Amino acid sequence: MRAIACSALLALAVTPALAQKQSPFAEYQRMANENSPIELFEILGEEAWKKRQGTKNVSLEQCDLGQGPGVLKGAYAGLPRYFADADRVMDLETRLLHCMMTLQGRSREEATKRVFGNADNPSEMALLSAYIARASNGMPMRPGSGHPKERATIELGQKLYFHRAGPWDFSCASCHGEEDKRIRMSELPVLYKPEHARPMLSTWPSYRVSTSVLVTLQWRMNDCYRQMRMPEPVYGSEATVALISFMTKAAEGATYRGPAIKR
Amino acid sequence: MAGPMKMRATLAGGNTDVRVLMSHPMDTGQGGKTPPYFIQNVTVKVNGRTVIEGQISQAISRNPVFSFRLKGGSKGDRIEVSWLDNKGDSNKTDAVIA
Repeated sequence: MRAIACSALLALAVTPALAQKQSPFAEYQRMANENSPIELFEILGEEAWKKRQGTKNVSLEQCDLGQGPGVLKGAYAGLPRYFADADRVMDLETRLLHCMMTLQGRSREEATKRVFGNADNPSEMALLSAYIARASNGMPMRPGSGHPKERATIELGQKLYFHRAGPWDFSCASCHGEEDKRIRMSELPVLYKPEHARPMLSTWPSYRVSTSVLVTLQWRMNDCYRQMRMPEPVYGSEATVALISFMTKAAEGATYRGPAIKR
Repeated sequence: MAGPMKMRATLAGGNTDVRVLMSHPMDTGQGGKTPPYFIQNVTVKVNGRTVIEGQISQAISRNPVFSFRLKGGSKGDRIEVSWLDNKGDSNKTDAVIA
C-alpha cells in the first residue's frame, strides 16, 4: 500500500445544498463542514456528561432533557420545550443548568461561572451541548409549541426580536430583518422566515473556525446583545430562552444537521 | 497536551479514505506572548509499516483535520496516526479499515 496523496480533503460530499440559494457562502460552508474538528469536542462532552460532580457527586446521566431521564436521542431536536418540574420553557443549556443544580447539587453561581469557553479551554456547557446535539443529528426539529407557556415564550421571543433599545436603538431585526444583507462574509439571515431559520438553527452549536471556539445558542444571544450595546442578558434567562424558542419555532421541521461549523 | 484524536478509515473503490482529527493549539507564536507551539511530524502506519512521514508547521490551523487516500488496503488493516510537536509531546490513535 502506498500513499498517493496527503492533502486537504477535496472529495465531494453527498450533502444537500446547505443554504436555500446557491451562493459562494454556501459553498464555503459545505467545504468547511467536511473538515470539522467538532467530533473532538463531542468526545470531551461525553466525558463531561458522565463526570460525577457537585455536592451529590453524581453525573448528569439521569438528566431529563425532555425524552425521559438520560435519553439523548432526539432530545436536542425537541427543544426548547416546557418542563413541568421547573414550570418553565427551557432550551438545552437552561435545562442542563437545571440538572446541574437539582441532580448534582451545584449552585447556580458555580455552574454558570464559566459558560462561554475559549479556544484553549472550551466550557463544560459547550462540550455538553455538542455531545447531546449529536444524538439528534438527522432528526426533524420539533420544538414544543402546544403548551400555553410554550406559546407565550415564543410570543415573547417575537416581541424581543423586534424590540429596539439600548444606546444604538437596535433590535435583532436591525441586522436580521432584511434579506440579502451581510456583514463582511457572513450573510445575515432573517430569522423569523423559515427558509432562513432552518439552515441556521439546524447547525448550532457550532465550531467557529475564525476563533477556534465551540459556541452555543446561549452564547450567540449573549454576543448579539453585546454587539447591540445592550446590557448583558442573564444566562438561561426567560429572555434568551424566548428568543431561541422564537427562532427555533421558525425552523421547525428542519432536519437537524449539527453540531456544525461556522465561519 | 494530549487532547483527543479521532480517526476514520473507510474502503472506497479499492482505495482507503482516512480522516483524522487532532487536538492541538498550533500556536504560531506571532501573538508575541507565547512561543511557537505546533505539531512538527505526522506519521502514518499501516499494519505497523510506515507509509507517510509528514512534516507540518505553524501554518496549519488549530485542531487540525487531515484527510488522505491510501492506495489499496483491505478491511481489518490497522492504520495508526501519530504526531510529535516541537515541545516533544506526542499522541497517537489507530483505527481498523471499515
